[in-house]
Amino acid sequence: MADELVLLDFWHSPFAMRVRIALAEKGIEYESREEDLSNKSSLLLKMNPVYKQIPVLIHRGRPVCESLIIVEYIDEVWPHKSPLRLLPSSPYDKANAMFWADYVDKKIYPSGKLVWGATGEVQEAAKKEMIENLKELEGELGDKPYFGGESFGFTDVALIPFYTWFYALETCGDFSIIEECPKLVAWTKRCMQRESVSKSLPDQYKVYCFLMELKNKFEAK
Amino acid sequence: MEGEVVLLDFWPSMFGMRTRIALAEKQIKYEYREEDLRNKSALLLQMNPVHKKIPVLIHNGKPICESLIQVQYIDEVWNDRAPLLPPNPYQRATARFWADFVDKKIYDLGGKLWRTKGEEQEAAKKELIECLKLLEGQLGDNPYFGGKDFGFLDVALVPFYCWFYTYEKFGRFSIEAECPKLIAWAKRCMQKESVAKSLADQEKIYDFVLHLKKALGIE
Repeated sequence: MADELVLLDFWHSPFAMRVRIALAEKGIEYESREEDLSNKSSLLLKMNPVYKQIPVLIHRGRPVCESLIIVEYIDEVWPHKSPLRLLPSSPYDKANAMFWADYVDKKIYPSGKLVWGATGEVQEAAKKEMIENLKELEGELGDKPYFGGESFGFTDVALIPFYTWFYALETCGDFSIIEECPKLVAWTKRCMQRESVSKSLPDQYKVYCFLMELKNKFEAK
Repeated sequence: MEGEVVLLDFWPSMFGMRTRIALAEKQIKYEYREEDLRNKSALLLQMNPVHKKIPVLIHNGKPICESLIQVQYIDEVWNDRAPLLPPNPYQRATARFWADFVDKKIYDLGGKLWRTKGEEQEAAKKELIECLKLLEGQLGDNPYFGGKDFGFLDVALVPFYCWFYTYEKFGRFSIEAECPKLIAWAKRCMQKESVAKSLADQEKIYDFVLHLKKALGIE
């Protein structure tokens, strides 16, 4: 079974983390191949010729690309593999879950990158936006234990990897996420109690070091 | 069965057209409400407080936002007719991937053709042609991206066909010359009533962009 499924991975990528979490939630065995993004493998270039990016899930030799598409694919191919689906069965709830996952891609990722990656006014503006975005997500969470309601679901999978950025965001942006969004932080801790999450996410401080290296590389250019 | 369906839309929007096509394919009766984007209705702001954008599909009073999410929703709710996504998960993932590619590339690159000039415009034109060729490659020898039948990716891409005239005028090139199979596909789609009735007139789009440029102060 394991040789049917390969994940082209990169430990620090929040997008790859989503796929790891989904596979772990389903208890699916797979082979993980760590890519060197400065020296991409011929397999990666062949399996994702359009974007040449990870994650790529290769199932029986066929590639699936783009993290949210991969998570949805995993949920559809292995629906029986966990007590509950990651995506709700009701079309409305499913659309809502996809909306908020898409929000993470459209908002959290771009503003987050500028908070740890930029300086000065650009960084300040990004920080304001990031705080607004996190509050908006916190509003959507409400009093539910997870974005999926009673159970961990698609939106939770989409967002929780960005928890690994928190230390970097707070250090670079000089603000406290727990002060701004206590409920959201409580949600992250709840998610981290799940083995699928805690085993798929790298340590925040290590991610911070990695991001700072990346930032220096770009600044040096 | 249907409940109340309302679509908040803006006539030149390719994204709104996707939802119009999906609703038409499923033969769903709905109320179309034209939004003035410089003066957004209270309903739009209430139904899409996050992005404040059209299209917004309102089904029995509950909003669904983002065009591809709407198309998938329509396909799931009205699953007894005209299926848009295939049943096979791998084919579904492939359709979604390319629809997402259209979102990531075509809209912004096309926009650059009429918003910019000189080198930036040239670079956008080159990249747009490459992207359209990639999409054309996906078609292969099939009549539609969905294979024998019109499907999700066809819905995602065909609205851009009414914008091609504008892109060509500003970019001074012919998409048909670069991607003949793609244009043949688009014309084939236009023979479907759901598409022909949902797409805006290409010359009206061009006029709209000319006015928009003036309003935005773009030379």
